[in-house]
Amino acid sequence: MSERETIITVSHLVKKFGDFTANDDLNFEVYKGEIFGFLGANGAGKTTAIKILCGLSKPTSGNATIAGFDVYTQKDDIKNSIGYMSQKFSLYEDLTVTENIRFFAGIYGMTRKDIKIKTQQLLAKLELEDSAKKLIKDLPLGWRQKLAFSIAIVHSPKIVFLDEPTGGVDPITRRQFWNQIYEAAAEGVTVFVTTHYMDEAEYCDRVSIMVDGKIAALDTPQGLKQTFEAESMNEVFIKLARVAVNN
Amino acid sequence: MKHFKGFVIKEFYHIFRDRRTLAILFIMPIIQMLLFGYVVTNEIKDAKIGILDHSQDVVTRKITDKLASSGYFIITKVLSNETEIEDCFRKGTVKEVVVFEPDFAIKLERDNKASIHLIADASDANTANLIVNYTSAIVNDYVTKENKTVTIPMQIGIESRMLYNEELKGVYMFVPGTMALILILISALLTSVSIVREKELGTMEILLASPLRPLQIIIGKVMPYAVLSFVNVITILLLSNFVFGLPIQGSILLLLLECMLFIILSLSLGIFISTSTNSQQTAMMISMMGLMLPAIMLSGFIYPLENMPLILQWICHINPSTYFIIIVKNIMLKGLGIMSVWKETLVLLGMIVFFITMSVRKFKIRLE
Repeated sequence: MSERETIITVSHLVKKFGDFTANDDLNFEVYKGEIFGFLGANGAGKTTAIKILCGLSKPTSGNATIAGFDVYTQKDDIKNSIGYMSQKFSLYEDLTVTENIRFFAGIYGMTRKDIKIKTQQLLAKLELEDSAKKLIKDLPLGWRQKLAFSIAIVHSPKIVFLDEPTGGVDPITRRQFWNQIYEAAAEGVTVFVTTHYMDEAEYCDRVSIMVDGKIAALDTPQGLKQTFEAESMNEVFIKLARVAVNN
Repeated sequence: MKHFKGFVIKEFYHIFRDRRTLAILFIMPIIQMLLFGYVVTNEIKDAKIGILDHSQDVVTRKITDKLASSGYFIITKVLSNETEIEDCFRKGTVKEVVVFEPDFAIKLERDNKASIHLIADASDANTANLIVNYTSAIVNDYVTKENKTVTIPMQIGIESRMLYNEELKGVYMFVPGTMALILILISALLTSVSIVREKELGTMEILLASPLRPLQIIIGKVMPYAVLSFVNVITILLLSNFVFGLPIQGSILLLLLECMLFIILSLSLGIFISTSTNSQQTAMMISMMGLMLPAIMLSGFIYPLENMPLILQWICHINPSTYFIIIVKNIMLKGLGIMSVWKETLVLLGMIVFFITMSVRKFKIRLE
């Protein structure tokens, strides 16, 4: 394990908004090709941390490097090496499937030839060839979500950030979505995923749990369950939250 | 630059696939121009009048003919006594009754003085006023022309001339205002709504997380609207020229440059609105209430500034449309150059700087 290549390094990261500390001394590493679960209740500071890691916001203090690039000085390089998908799995509804692929690939600077090849591959893989010219709004939700994920990694980023990607989606679609995540990870893409479905935490290689702006626990799901003598990740989470309340 | 091109193309897809946006962009300007040009007008044409002639002599008949042939009036009723007047107005068959006193020509000959009584339906005060003015003008015209043949001591004739708009055409008044209104509507309203829509959909975050720079995103979003607004300026100018016969007296280049300046100002207003709100509805309300209404009511477009209460006059003075309308009037109607509008131009420039600075500041706070 110790020999694995790290792709995200965060040390003593602090983010304050006025008097409020959203991220309080975060320290963690993410290894290349792993699925890293970033868990926490709403308001625990997950989104703030993700924004910093994506180069959207500057930390108050501390250090972080993403794919070898510094969050203070190399934002542009960071943006070029990551993919991002938000909880709304947003695509343009009034554009067709192909147009969406072309647009998002285009803003990452892919050449027209590459875009063409990639589009074909993508459509074939998702079995969407017949719907290539359909508007997104005419696609079922599950398809949209699959497409959104494929588009988030269309430019072959080193890391993909998924911000609650399965919110409001039925269990079957969620399951299919996780299959996609596994496939991407198998191809070497590092997946950084936030969620508040505790069963999903079990699918991750390693999980960190944030409580009140701090990382309260970080281990494999198996390890966490042992440490907290819990049956499931849900129990782990409740035990951690209880400690926080008692403090 | 390559990313940027794709971005602009995408924006055009949004515009051309949305019927509402298309209607606002291309149909509304034309409808507004035609409405303001033809319907909302303060000219008189074919106003219905009645004649009550107690004298029935050569002079009264001549004056009546003159009224009838002026093009402004149609004589729909010839009355025989006073009691019918009230009845005419009640039924609404006439807007004005012209009453000649008995022995009109004889009195004119003998005393050099005779009187005509004009009675107008003032339930529509503006029209009544106009009709009475037009009628007196025609009568005065007749009197002065007759006097030339007869050498009568001295006569004081009042002659008025309406500069820059000799015929008091409504279109002359409405073109500059309509231009302001349409540009505000397209540039400010549509851009603010389209930026806020990206926020609502969550695509804004994806764009911000991409290698595109915030400035590229904003310029990419507003550029199509700038181009289309400019197309509309041309459409309005062509319409006003060929349909309404309104000439452009001054430099077309200067006029177009000033329009471009106003478009940029409206776009920066749109951007500013979009940084202040997260919902399309709010953006639309702010644009409608905060920009469109003032553009119509508080800009000198329809109501003159001088007649407003002081507080409203102040609002007029922070309303960009006020300055733009002055500029357009000076260039288009009076044919004046940059020297006559440099102050207003500077005000517009200042406003652009102000709104862009404010937007950038707000945007940065959000990212910090």
